[in-house]
Amino acid sequence: MSPQLAEAFRLLPDYLGWHVLLSASALVLGVAISVPLAVAAARSPRVRWPALAGASLIQTVPALALLALFYPVLLAISALSEATLGRGFSALGFLPSLLALTLYSMLPILRNGVAGLTGIDPAIIEAADGVGMTRAQRLWRVELPLAAPVIMAGVRTAAVWTVGAATLSTPVGQTSLGNYIFAGLQTENWVFVLFGCAASATVALAADQLLGLAETGARRRRPILVAAGLGGLALGVALSLSPFAVRGQGAVYVVGAKNFSEQYILAELMAERLEATGARVTRREDLGSAVAYRALAAGEIDVYVDYSGTLWTNVLGRSDNPGREAVLSALTTELRRRDGVTVLGSLGFENAYAFAMRGERARALGITDLDGLARASPRLALGSDLEFLSRPEWRAVDGAYRFAFRSRRSYQPTFMYRALASGDADVISAFSSDGRIAAGGLVVLDDPRGAIPPYDAVVLISPRRADDARLTGALRPLIGAITVEAMREANLSVDRDRDKATPAQAARALKLVLTN
Amino acid sequence: MAETLIELAGVTRRYGARPALDDVDLSVRRGEFVALVGGSGSGKTTLLKTINGLIRPDAGIVRVAGRPVAEVDGPDLRRGIGYVFQDVGLFPHLTVAGNIAVTPRLLGWDAGRIAARVSELLELVALPAEMAGRAPAELSGGQRQRVGVARALAAEPALMLMDEPFGALDPLTRDALGDDYRALHDRLGLTTVMVTHDMGEAVLLADRLVVLASGRVVASGAPAALLAEAPTEEVRELLDAPRRQAERLRGRFGV
Repeated sequence: MSPQLAEAFRLLPDYLGWHVLLSASALVLGVAISVPLAVAAARSPRVRWPALAGASLIQTVPALALLALFYPVLLAISALSEATLGRGFSALGFLPSLLALTLYSMLPILRNGVAGLTGIDPAIIEAADGVGMTRAQRLWRVELPLAAPVIMAGVRTAAVWTVGAATLSTPVGQTSLGNYIFAGLQTENWVFVLFGCAASATVALAADQLLGLAETGARRRRPILVAAGLGGLALGVALSLSPFAVRGQGAVYVVGAKNFSEQYILAELMAERLEATGARVTRREDLGSAVAYRALAAGEIDVYVDYSGTLWTNVLGRSDNPGREAVLSALTTELRRRDGVTVLGSLGFENAYAFAMRGERARALGITDLDGLARASPRLALGSDLEFLSRPEWRAVDGAYRFAFRSRRSYQPTFMYRALASGDADVISAFSSDGRIAAGGLVVLDDPRGAIPPYDAVVLISPRRADDARLTGALRPLIGAITVEAMREANLSVDRDRDKATPAQAARALKLVLTN
Repeated sequence: MAETLIELAGVTRRYGARPALDDVDLSVRRGEFVALVGGSGSGKTTLLKTINGLIRPDAGIVRVAGRPVAEVDGPDLRRGIGYVFQDVGLFPHLTVAGNIAVTPRLLGWDAGRIAARVSELLELVALPAEMAGRAPAELSGGQRQRVGVARALAAEPALMLMDEPFGALDPLTRDALGDDYRALHDRLGLTTVMVTHDMGEAVLLADRLVVLASGRVVASGAPAALLAEAPTEEVRELLDAPRRQAERLRGRFGV
């Protein structure tokens, strides 16, 4: 078995368990809301139109956007509840995913419910009234049993949609089978991407077949088939969740990571050090940049690596640049004071934004620093990653050097490097720890005006783990222990096209070259 | 003279501006078999449904056994009144026995009593006992309507309301079922109000005909008496229809 496949299977119990828990909860909640709503809608046209239109409208919102939209909404509700009731809740992870998927599951159940209930022969309704049933008795004894096959068909569609859409909960911080897909896309690990797709499709197909069995049972009025279908489904859910139950006592640490290779490697490095102490560790990967810090401050993740410049501009909202040491010490006191977050220390390398060009092109144009780049910029095309041009760092650099690029394009990082190699871009926004800089013969341009803030990689610890000796003890040896060369090597091993390593393999290789 | 079981006084019911029932007075004695006759849209079905509260009148009062229907809980009232209609409306997800047992179950009878009642009723409506486990879809039209009658009789009602109960059946089945039902009516001491557009059926089965036109009662009386002194030409023609038909048939067959 290839190392990537072995790694994928190692992660399966955790990812599958969360995926099934999330999908099943959303589906149960979806049924619990949609069936009563369908009953009300079937009875009253005044409810029917807005209910169906609303559910259809939700369906037109891309699932990923729907998931993302719940984050600010829940954040606002949480702040409100914190202000009024003194208790907030997490706006990340399970809750927004659950709510978005629940909404997403509603349309097929609602639509089939209304169709099933309004499609009943009026003679049967008249008979139910004629024999003296109350409205509730008519609903439970006649209408729902007769509409059951159609409703079950809707539940079946909803189940397939929900299991598929649950892969999209990864970016809002909820572990799911989507972790394979998102991490795989980021590191070009196609084994992971395919594995994630196959696992999600298998879950969806299994749910579809078992619900299909229950639907057939309802249609043929064979309760034993209904019981077999639903029982099989319950058994499958229970089996998927069993790893959570066996997971013993002892502290469970949650290690977070943002969505790029270096973060996956560092998260693995920290996780393995923690596991070496006998602690249990779960990983929350692929968090967005702003999401990761908030999740840490809220105690949803216990530890992750961030970069001093990012925290300086995005969290503290500063645009000045007092120098590397000053930024680090200001962060240490300010984050502790503001959010109770501990800055354990710098890992020893920087992952700064850097402008990189192909070596021979830079030499041909005589560009060595950003002043030279600014002078040549009207003839040059800039390629950036997806977020750089909307970040404050770009505004600071642009303000200092007054660039006037011929064109500016955003790329997914892998394609950004390809654009530079092919000449579609003349200069790119690279990261200084990226292994592809040395491997591709690129030069990093100097920043004589000091416009780019320092980006020391720092280990952050959540407020509730601030005094956790096991955690700090396990991670303190990493402080100052990783050189930028070692990090570049590790990143390259994951990012390159051939002989790709998994983040866990890269972390084990990195462990061997720690400087202390 | 037997006591009055059903009494309508000044009952009016409109659909939009059009009155389906227009100031109707009617009383039915216990044990009577009344046929409501009249053309399409004359208000027969609406009148029938005001008796078991499926339709509430806009004005006037309906009493069953002396109690105003408007003051009684609808489902409670209907559990005590048998109701049979042309489409039968057997519950497709229940067996024949399950259909017959519906009202007794609503009334909370125990299982033994329900089972005994189901087999008693199958016999009463002349269906073989092994039909109990069949699904409605497996039955013929006549068998289905027999189950419909059994379901209506299940909770031992004193009053049966029937809305063209045999209208969708073939003539032989219709005659057989009609005769069987009339026999049941007498044997069980029922009171029956039956809507029909088949004058022959009305004349053969009913003790009394009530003729409706445009939501009003235009004539009421025993078939023979009504025919002898019909209040209007229209009523005479309506009542005379079966006899004219019989004469034409005789002419055709040359008997």
